[in-house]
Amino acid sequence: MSFEAHRCENGHVTYPGHTVCPECGAEQTATVDLEAETGTLVTWTTSTATPPGVREPNHLGIVEFDVEGGTVRALGQLTTGDVESGDRMTPVYCDELRDPDAGIREPESQSWDGYRFAPVED
Amino acid sequence: MDRVAVIGASMTQFGQRNAWVRELLAEAGEACLDDAGVAADELDHLYVSNMASGEFEGQTGIPNALAHDLGAIGAYTQRVDQTSASGGAGVYAAWQSVASGASELTMLVGGEKMTHRSTADATDVIASLTHPAEYKHGVTLPSFAGMTARHYLETYDAPRESLASVAVKNHRNGVDNPHAQFRKEVDAETVLESPIVADPLRLYDFCPITDGSAALLFCPESVAAEYTDDYSVVSGIGGATDTHVVHERDDPTVMGGVVDSAADAYEMSGLTPDDVDVAELHDMFTILEVLQLEDLGFFEKGEGWRAADEGITTRDGELPVNTSGGLKSKGHPLGASGVAQVYEIHRQVTGDAGDRQVAADVGLACNVGGFGNCVTTTVVEAAE
Ligand SMILES: [Zn+2]
Repeated sequence: MSFEAHRCENGHVTYPGHTVCPECGAEQTATVDLEAETGTLVTWTTSTATPPGVREPNHLGIVEFDVEGGTVRALGQLTTGDVESGDRMTPVYCDELRDPDAGIREPESQSWDGYRFAPVED
Repeated sequence: MDRVAVIGASMTQFGQRNAWVRELLAEAGEACLDDAGVAADELDHLYVSNMASGEFEGQTGIPNALAHDLGAIGAYTQRVDQTSASGGAGVYAAWQSVASGASELTMLVGGEKMTHRSTADATDVIASLTHPAEYKHGVTLPSFAGMTARHYLETYDAPRESLASVAVKNHRNGVDNPHAQFRKEVDAETVLESPIVADPLRLYDFCPITDGSAALLFCPESVAAEYTDDYSVVSGIGGATDTHVVHERDDPTVMGGVVDSAADAYEMSGLTPDDVDVAELHDMFTILEVLQLEDLGFFEKGEGWRAADEGITTRDGELPVNTSGGLKSKGHPLGASGVAQVYEIHRQVTGDAGDRQVAADVGLACNVGGFGNCVTTTVVEAAE
């Protein structure tokens, strides 16, 4: 498994990847694996009104990772709601983040696995 | 250049309605035609702002349905979808149709029927606008609001109570709006003790789920007086997008689509934020009103939370915001909201806002789709 951010030839990094780099329009030609990295929790919430097929409560956060040439952010579920902004977080793989058959979106149209973020002890 | 005038306006009762989307649209459309004394068969163009009639109700093709229901067969029709900003985008489309000379008479009707679905289902329909990398985590629009509110409060050291002041103000305003879903005052304590929906935001930080419709009628300014003395003029309008993936924005507290669309609207009108007398902002969540106050240029970044707290944006304040009650108390039937915002500004600048009337020659409406993903800002002025 890998948690891939995407890099263009001018060094801009995004997660997820895009057809072209949103910053400069160049093709994204390389990937950066964030799976073993530790990032910083920018902000978070605990959602108690969740859609069909989503765990309740659903802890969500945005984590910022330092990568060569800058930073990249990712949104993801958190393993716990016992966190504070600024906490150090690391990705943890989850094979099904929500029930693909319960929501409005066509199950075959996208993937449903991904990474949650867990706090790390410094 | 001949500017574009608004010569008719209407909105239905917002709330839980026993009518389907076609009936809601027809109700607002008929009332708007009556308001201007225009017959349906005079319409050149007929636009419908709507996000998800297919998903909510299994009814697609609603512009053509409305043309038939109103007796406007022959008119050019088009559905305008920009999620929560469908109404503002419809105003843009209707404005374009007249400004370009393609149409001499355009009606815009925005509407949505939502309350027959559960909150969870309605939330999912709206959340389906998100990127797959967001949707798979079960993110909802309220969760974006929770994350952004936390970041804003922590970054600018703003008190949590300041967001409650937005809800208190808009509920107070809604009491005097006969079309509002809620016409009941709430106090800050009630807001701050209501159930958590997306921490730190609570139930009263969010707008309700709503059925309703609103409509506007447009023609060239040069012929507006032939229809009515009570017209207003769209003097500036701008539309813009921000990233689809919300976490990719450089500063989570800046709504780039608001900044960009406002810059275009101000430039076209030749006005600045100082010239605006009254504004309708997209308070789908309390935090959004604060961000728009800043990104529209009314306050410095990090200072917008003071507005409701210090009474600047109350009805008797320096800049009354959401005199209609806003989405917060008026309700938010997705496709109708941006149309209903301009309805309120039109009523204000034509001096026809009843108990909600403030002194206003220039008004601004800002309609936000997604979590700032797409935005239309419109400046409406009194006729000279
Ligand atoms: Zn690039």
